[in-house]
Amino acid sequence: MILQVTDLRVSFRTEHGMVRVLDGVSFDVAEGEVLGIVGESGSGKTMTVLAVMGLITDPNAVIEGSIKFRGRELVGLRPREMRDLRGREIAMIFQDPMTALTPVYTIGWQIAEQILTHEKVSKKAAWDRAIALLAEVGIPRPEEAVHRYPHQLSGGMRQRAVIAMALTCNPALLVADEPTTALDVTVQAQILDLLRKLQATHGSAIVFITHDLGVMAELADRIMVMYAGRIVERAAREPLFADPQHPYTVALLNSIPPLEGARPHRLQTIAGAPPSLSNLPQGCAFGPRCPKRFAACAARPRLTLPPHETACFLTGAP
Amino acid sequence: MNTAANISRGPWATALHRLSRDRTALVALAFFVLIVLSCLSAPIYAWWAGVDPFKSTLDAVITIDGVQHPVMELPTTGLALGYTPIGPTWRLGNYFLGADNQGRDVMARLLYGGLNSIVIASAATAFTLIFATAFGLLAGFFGGVIDMVISRILDVLWAFPVYLLAISLSIVLITQGISIGPITIESSSLALPVFIIGVIYIPYVARPVRGQVMALRQSDFVMAAIGLGAPSGRILWKDILPNVSTTLIVFIPIMMALNMLTESALSFLSIGVQPPAASWGTIIQDGQTLLYTRPAVALAPGIMIVISVLSLNVFGDGLRDALDPRSKIKLGRG
Amino acid sequence: MTYAILQRLAQMLFVMFGISLLVFLIFFGTPGVDPAARIAGRNASPEVLEAVRHSFGFDQPFYVQYLTMMKKIFVTGDLTSFVNRGWKVVPAVLDTIPVTLSLVFGAAVLWVVFSLIIGVVAAAFRDRWPDKLLMILGLIGISMPVYWLGEVMNLITQSRFHDIWLFAWVPPLGYKEFGKDPEGWFLTLVIPWITLSILYIGLYGRVLRASITEALQEDYIRTARAKGLSETRILLRHALRTSLIAFVTLFGLDFGALVGGSALLTEVVFGLQGVGKLTFDALQNLDLPVIMTTVLYASFFVVLANAVVDVVYILLDPRVRTS
Repeated sequence: MILQVTDLRVSFRTEHGMVRVLDGVSFDVAEGEVLGIVGESGSGKTMTVLAVMGLITDPNAVIEGSIKFRGRELVGLRPREMRDLRGREIAMIFQDPMTALTPVYTIGWQIAEQILTHEKVSKKAAWDRAIALLAEVGIPRPEEAVHRYPHQLSGGMRQRAVIAMALTCNPALLVADEPTTALDVTVQAQILDLLRKLQATHGSAIVFITHDLGVMAELADRIMVMYAGRIVERAAREPLFADPQHPYTVALLNSIPPLEGARPHRLQTIAGAPPSLSNLPQGCAFGPRCPKRFAACAARPRLTLPPHETACFLTGAP
Repeated sequence: MNTAANISRGPWATALHRLSRDRTALVALAFFVLIVLSCLSAPIYAWWAGVDPFKSTLDAVITIDGVQHPVMELPTTGLALGYTPIGPTWRLGNYFLGADNQGRDVMARLLYGGLNSIVIASAATAFTLIFATAFGLLAGFFGGVIDMVISRILDVLWAFPVYLLAISLSIVLITQGISIGPITIESSSLALPVFIIGVIYIPYVARPVRGQVMALRQSDFVMAAIGLGAPSGRILWKDILPNVSTTLIVFIPIMMALNMLTESALSFLSIGVQPPAASWGTIIQDGQTLLYTRPAVALAPGIMIVISVLSLNVFGDGLRDALDPRSKIKLGRG
Repeated sequence: MTYAILQRLAQMLFVMFGISLLVFLIFFGTPGVDPAARIAGRNASPEVLEAVRHSFGFDQPFYVQYLTMMKKIFVTGDLTSFVNRGWKVVPAVLDTIPVTLSLVFGAAVLWVVFSLIIGVVAAAFRDRWPDKLLMILGLIGISMPVYWLGEVMNLITQSRFHDIWLFAWVPPLGYKEFGKDPEGWFLTLVIPWITLSILYIGLYGRVLRASITEALQEDYIRTARAKGLSETRILLRHALRTSLIAFVTLFGLDFGALVGGSALLTEVVFGLQGVGKLTFDALQNLDLPVIMTTVLYASFFVVLANAVVDVVYILLDPRVRTS
């Protein structure tokens, strides 16, 4: 196992008391595996990976539980040691390539900066590797592109540059937070192709976040569905799409148009809105919006055992 | 995370609630109110102390602990040329801060001067805000030629160094006063510094207002109102002005602070408040010749300015955070 | 880009024209007063008044008067004072420029260095006590009238504490030419530099702290953290670097404004014969030709400086430069 997260809890001190945004999240990622995390905004998926990256910098945040990377505990790790891991062993790709790069430096400068931070090589060597990386992620004329400023590249090219930067030190784990959401549909497909290809050549494990199940179906080996800071369902890709168990997953799948076959008259929506984290219902968090709610839902369901785990009393959750 | 508590309140109530929890801002406001109140009591103080702060009293004599002291003392050392006014007695009502070189009670003048400083700063703030809002609304809403003319005028005023514009205006106005048609303004009138200070800062407020109005002009609800055929005046009054009003309110304490500094500087240069009236700036100027012998005359009004301006700035920070946490309004150059 | 620069220069010329027109109107067009009497100064004889009327063309149409004024100030430079009969004004103004430049330049060095330190330290300790302390000190600096601060400085260094070792080196007020006495030049200017820079240290420190804190919220800072960079490097190379563009722009504007007359109060308090002091003395004598000249020269300088700042900005910021 490259990453083992056990009972991760993240809370924030606010004016209205402690608000828990992640509640007992546990998962593993194997070497070379692609784990997908799906959920609406506010479901805690981004918070989960920020915790793994050690990027929750808010002084009001409280992080509990255990995050082990290759057996090494990351929660409570000294900042200097965490920095040494970040960018070298664990790298991250962000949602919006328009804002993810510092506007006043060239692409090449920003990639070389990362290489020079983690490795003792000459500036020339770092610069050459930046060009090679840009070539690898499919940027045309990389020896010119290194001299470009972020605003001079299109969104897709910028995201390729961000990916090149993440791959700089050949990380064992790559975290991608909605890397295609901000892009045009055609560009989305190219970026997904690129990620799949790079995953094959570099062999990095990937934790991939999206709210788009279609993207998930393309890339993920295993899928984890989150709701209101908790995991509600987890299974390998095929069983999850073929036989979703949790009513929330079912509702999510019904809300996207099917890839093949006749289109339904209208897509189903999920009634209601995600609950406020400062005011979660007792018991199952999805309860108030669930069409199949029954008496038992007043208690909080835990996950069933693998391989197809769900947190719903209808599927026999404890 | 603060959704539940704020949804039920309107934006003004929310701002007021936020402000009421900002202890620093409230302390600053209390300080300023205290200063205003003490300056308002100037006539009472002068009556109680039995002094006339606007008349030379070179031959007055006061009694402290049964010993008589002349207000204008003959120097005991040096060449014994001229008189030195009495220093601070630290007794309220009895030349607390000493006398200036005309034998006038500095404490009484300090209170009267503060009153003038505050009145001028407030009036100039109102002047600036009213005209700047009018220009900003017109230019931002109607665009086209109106915008071009107003914006170019603002450009010129903006590029003109503040003190040079003030000097140009005041040397013409304050030396001889002005009469336009039936209105005659005496050169000693307080309206002149108000007008001068009010004019020079118009672009500082009008420019951001114009920008905001232009953005609002493109917003959905204004477009909808225009589409429905609502008259421009009504849209300006009902839809745009209320949205600009937060910006204007945030400007009030900042402009007050800036105007107090400007007024005192102009008065110090003798182109603001004209004698025998006083303002903190003129008292500092009076104290300049006494700086090494009776420093209290120049120090006291300066300290009052610092405290007033500081409390206005601190309160202004709090007000801005409360009304519009994302606002970018900062202290202007000046 | 060339178009943007040309447009900016055209705007500059327009603003210069606007300012000269405004000055003309203020001095010659204010209703109800005779401009000749004003220019001639107090208690002028009828002959002097006649000479003024003739030399400024007050018997001619307004546009001729405007052109006469501009010609006297900018082309022939033969404008003379009527308070000090025959004194040529334009060379007198030009003579004062080195004094003002010395004052503003030294103060600018101080305020850039110290406001950078304050802004960065406050941003690094944001919301903790060093930040709060520095920001309150900055606010106090902004709230002090500069001329009063100058008097307090004089009181301390020239009078009350002049005899202790800390201030014994402070020379009497006045200006010494750099070419003749570099050490005297430096020593006489130290206290004025400090006085003038305090306001700007406070102002710039606060502006910089705010803009660094704002930059630290940006997505690219999270990217920089994800790259494993140290907090110091993130603060200095990423957050500070992006904040500097606004800082440099503001600096250009204030430097221009100070050389163009805003240093007046400091010059008056420390008896430095700069552009501002010259204007102040003319103000006391009601010597209008001098004021007209300093006002026009100084404001043209400010407008020119602002235009240069904008052009430099176009050349500096990669986003503006290449789009």
